[in-house]
Amino acid sequence: MAEHREFRQRDRRVHPPAFTPEYKTSVLRAPRRALLSLQNSLSEVTGPTFGHAAIGPLDNDLLLNYAKDGQPIGERIIVTGRVCDADGRGVPHTLVEFWQANAGGRYRHRNDRYLAPIDPNFGGCGRTLTDADGGYAFRTIKPGPYPWRNNLNSWRPAHIHFSVFGSGFAQRLITQMYFEGDPLIWRDPMVLGIPDRAAAERLIAPLDLDAAIPLDMLAYRFDIVLRGRQSTVFENRLQGN
Amino acid sequence: MVQPLPARLPETPSQTAGPYVHIGLIPHQAGFAIFETAFSNVIAGPDAVGERILVEGRVFDGANEPVRDVLIEVWQADAAGRYAHAADPRHESADPALSGWGRTGSDFETGLYCFETVKPGSVVGRHGRPMAPHLNLWIVARGINIGLQTRLYFADETAANAADPVLNLIEQASRRETLLARRETRDGRIVYVFDIHLQGDAETVFFDV
Repeated sequence: MAEHREFRQRDRRVHPPAFTPEYKTSVLRAPRRALLSLQNSLSEVTGPTFGHAAIGPLDNDLLLNYAKDGQPIGERIIVTGRVCDADGRGVPHTLVEFWQANAGGRYRHRNDRYLAPIDPNFGGCGRTLTDADGGYAFRTIKPGPYPWRNNLNSWRPAHIHFSVFGSGFAQRLITQMYFEGDPLIWRDPMVLGIPDRAAAERLIAPLDLDAAIPLDMLAYRFDIVLRGRQSTVFENRLQGN
Repeated sequence: MVQPLPARLPETPSQTAGPYVHIGLIPHQAGFAIFETAFSNVIAGPDAVGERILVEGRVFDGANEPVRDVLIEVWQADAAGRYAHAADPRHESADPALSGWGRTGSDFETGLYCFETVKPGSVVGRHGRPMAPHLNLWIVARGINIGLQTRLYFADETAANAADPVLNLIEQASRRETLLARRETRDGRIVYVFDIHLQGDAETVFFDV
């Protein structure tokens, strides 16, 4: 069946290499030997699936899913998009998870010591399943930029982290979404670690005024493209004869 | 001129999971509870068929220090070698008590990670050639720009490992050992110890799958 065909090799030219010395932490954490290329077996084309039972009704609403005595401070936004593969096929019912700093640039994380305050009404994480066409949406507040220890004056552009499963474990991807117009984007070593500028631009979500809710919230659009599948119509003999 | 090939969309680039990956994927480790259903390191329910095992170890960086903020996911077949996914022709009979998937973070102090599961069976590989029992691992962290994929094999499966088509692709026989988990018995429980080395002489074999 088409949805079970092997994946084409990941296009490594659009991904940051493991070793990007401008991002200092990568220096001691990057494998130095060549990756061993594997043809797909069942271990790669299969992967976990998640049902609606695992997802709570507020899991995709960061405005409400940690609200205690009010709503979080910040610009209210909707993020919408579609998860598809390189052939444009939507990836249905796959788990998308997202996490971010609050409007002041502070994460609700025991290891984050930045002096901006924790927002008592903001957890900063959510998750959803894509619909039958790969579409997803969630509400949140726009995260703030924050300083980090790389160079002395390094600042992360505002961003939202995304984790996507896809339909097989070999499609697993984590990435970050940036916001149109942020002057910090092209100063960021994580963005600049992507060897192809056009590829890096695809991480920048445009303002999507048509998806905004008048008098309520702005919207940004972020589509995610996972690696595609081989198109051969002949038997690949992934399994037996 | 020739006919144009069908247009393909370029892939979305990977970015590091960063130091706060726990918030998004395992918020309990970040220090708070938010979702009703939390994902965990327990892959096998109490009724799962097979030998119950713990898998534990540490991930070491190029200075041979444990990486204390790494996140690891496991994907595995059941004790009869069946994946709980429609692409596996035998998925309908896969063990319902085994999700096959789990995730955890390494401990912020010790760097140890741990999974509770059952030992998988041999999975049918390409051209019907059996693959030795293995776990598929995916590793992300601050400083890792794109998720690392590797496999854990079981050191006591000597004959199956010797015939495994993936292990045999590794040209240097000594590097195959970087994928072997050591079997121990601790307080009556079976523990497989699997350390991962991101760099150095003992660098683990990572795959471009």
